[in-house]
Amino acid sequence: MAYSSSTRTEKLWAATAASSPRELARQLACNRREFLRTAAGLGLGSALLGPSAMAKAATTRKKRKVVVITFGGGARDQETFAPEGQENIPHLMRELIPQSAFFTQVVNRGILGHYVATASLVTGVYETFNNFAAVPPANPTVFEYFRKDLKRPRSDAWVVAPSNGFNRIGESSHPSYGVGTGATVILPKHLLTAALAGGSGDYEHLLRDNYETPFYAPELGGREFELQQLEMLLKLSVDDFKAHARTLSSPDELSVYIARQLMRQVAPSLLWITMHDIDIAHAGAYSLYIDGIRRTDRLCAEIWQAIQTEPEYAGNTTLFILPDFGRDSDEDSGGNGFQHHRTGDALSRTTWMMALGAGVRPGVVYDRATESTDLVPTLGSMLDFSASLAQGRPIPELL
Amino acid sequence: MLPSDLKPEQFKNYPPEARKLATDYVAALQRLPLTFVASLLREVIDYDFKFPPERKAIEKELANLSSLSPEQTKEWFQGFAQISSSGKLEKLDWINSPAQFVEQLSAHLWSTHQLDAFRKAAIDYANRLQAAVPPEPPAAPRLGIAVIGQGAAAHDEPLFRKLRAHGGYFSQVNPEHGVETLLNAVAARAKAQPAPYAHWYIDGGQEMAHDPALTCVSYKALEPVRAILLRKMHGEIQKPGMGPETLRTLLAQMRPVDLGMAPSGDAVLDRFQVKLLTEGSGTQIFSTTFAQWAARETLRRAQPLTLLVRFAPRQRQQPMNELLSGIRSDAELDPAGSLVDADMGSYYTYLNQQRLTGAERSSFLVWFEGHNEAVAIGPALPRGTASSTPINLNQLLTWIS
Repeated sequence: MAYSSSTRTEKLWAATAASSPRELARQLACNRREFLRTAAGLGLGSALLGPSAMAKAATTRKKRKVVVITFGGGARDQETFAPEGQENIPHLMRELIPQSAFFTQVVNRGILGHYVATASLVTGVYETFNNFAAVPPANPTVFEYFRKDLKRPRSDAWVVAPSNGFNRIGESSHPSYGVGTGATVILPKHLLTAALAGGSGDYEHLLRDNYETPFYAPELGGREFELQQLEMLLKLSVDDFKAHARTLSSPDELSVYIARQLMRQVAPSLLWITMHDIDIAHAGAYSLYIDGIRRTDRLCAEIWQAIQTEPEYAGNTTLFILPDFGRDSDEDSGGNGFQHHRTGDALSRTTWMMALGAGVRPGVVYDRATESTDLVPTLGSMLDFSASLAQGRPIPELL
Repeated sequence: MLPSDLKPEQFKNYPPEARKLATDYVAALQRLPLTFVASLLREVIDYDFKFPPERKAIEKELANLSSLSPEQTKEWFQGFAQISSSGKLEKLDWINSPAQFVEQLSAHLWSTHQLDAFRKAAIDYANRLQAAVPPEPPAAPRLGIAVIGQGAAAHDEPLFRKLRAHGGYFSQVNPEHGVETLLNAVAARAKAQPAPYAHWYIDGGQEMAHDPALTCVSYKALEPVRAILLRKMHGEIQKPGMGPETLRTLLAQMRPVDLGMAPSGDAVLDRFQVKLLTEGSGTQIFSTTFAQWAARETLRRAQPLTLLVRFAPRQRQQPMNELLSGIRSDAELDPAGSLVDADMGSYYTYLNQQRLTGAERSSFLVWFEGHNEAVAIGPALPRGTASSTPINLNQLLTWIS
């Protein structure tokens, strides 16, 4: 496996020994709370405050829908929630956070590689497979729990993901679940490759799979969403798809375009969208990393807007936005600041989550520590399925 | 195999000086846990190609390890000893391929949730080592200079936001002959304190004429090397079964001659330059990334007395719609984006300089090339101040020294 850790010499180079990771994570959470209280006027919540009873009652569980967005490859507070970073996330700060329950301390104790970390989010178990291998998660996914317990058809659970490596994330290799029981995974960039086959352009850069290993794209494995299904399921001709793609500036914009098409035409009850543009940070160009954050901020607001305007989603949908993990701090000499997420320091492990929409008490900040693996059991409690093999626990403030 | 089984003849494939060093200290190496010894050997095996401060550090570390009693050794390495290894790791050739071993160990630590324990053990060890063998102070106060924004006309957001708090912001700097002035100042320091690899000039573009006493690395000069490297990388990834791990291993094994560098060159410097391109992420593509990473690695490894890093515009990142339209613009530059990159890069260069010994006497200057803005940081300069008094770069250098 190719996970990088800080080297020994870099550790020796370190001039300062940090406080304990737990203390640093707590401090990060406190800082986030203060940033948000100052900038967005949010109040501090507690575990005793559940979601709004009225909001909950208004949402019948039969119609309940959930959209999850993973926030693009990880971004640090200093480029987002800290005072100097808030200019990069105007949509989150002004539109989404005031409507959300915000969790300031979501700790990821797993492997900080995007595919394996997203798989951990999806299963509620810290997966340990090779981040760069086209393998399914070992533990059942949220999509499998959802479909099996609620007897939902395949069309009711979808994943929109950035790269070939994510093609297996829709269903696990667990013997009680597995093939045919999970979500349909759609890889918009891969679709675009298929649509452009035979064209004259050089799309190598566009189709780059992974910013951590930019010259490498794993083979596709698992069930593949076929180009022909574009027209059949999404009511989108290949020509229209190509034409629209030519107006977009990034792969995440393409993902959101496809996600909106899915919401309009298929209206799945469980939709998972993985953003990835921010991870351009691995190339070391700070301005491109900032551009990625600003774009992701805008795209999150677009999805929220779509939720509010699509009849199938309006009023009955809960949106979750969370990074899979953070990025290294400037202070850890073993890393190179924003560029990577290799040190495993507190900053790269301590992220956040916002929930908004149906069943969520808006405008509240929760400081207590939760884990990335808590998301799936929480979704289970919200949607009435049992995430029986997940390691995490339901978040009571959302139930 | 475990470290206790080590024998001198097992280092026969090491370069000559590394072989002698490892052989001399084999008794000390035998007492160390595997999770530590491989990373030490990773440094030792490259000893012949290390910079002087690195060599000295390895020698002192080995001497210190050799002086520890068995009880002390146990105490120093109890954190590492508690890390569970695996049979697979123990079967690897960690003597001749310690870097690959460390990569596998890293994966093992992540997947077994032992990374935090390893981090703690490494930091504890580093603190003990630093106390037992304090790093030497520099022969003279260090000076770092970052020149940013070449080709950028203006900027939308304030510059030097992270550095201003550490020194004085100057808004009326005379930019005339600025780069020449700074290079002359750096050359004067090289002549006043001559030492191998102690005074560096890194350019993210085409290097300017400079004194031969400076060690120079430039993105432009490495263009043929980068081209060969990219060709090789593209060739490798087309091969069946190729994955990121294998590619990384291949890159780590590349030597200067493999990338077209003359065998008669400076072996230490050439190895360093190859590592910048094979170990750095994005250094092959973006000149701003190259300059920042080169400055970081120079500070970490060569620990220079003087470093001047000049950022140049990088190629523009093409948006998706342009790529789809078949527009190729490899030669098109992005001066505005590069200024933002370099602004952050200069902050990182400052942080990295301040991690070295003698930080309290070090000084740093960052200047927006061709413009009037600079931040100067030095022991005598008050922090968080601003000045609109007309000044030139020589005066600023005098103030911070």
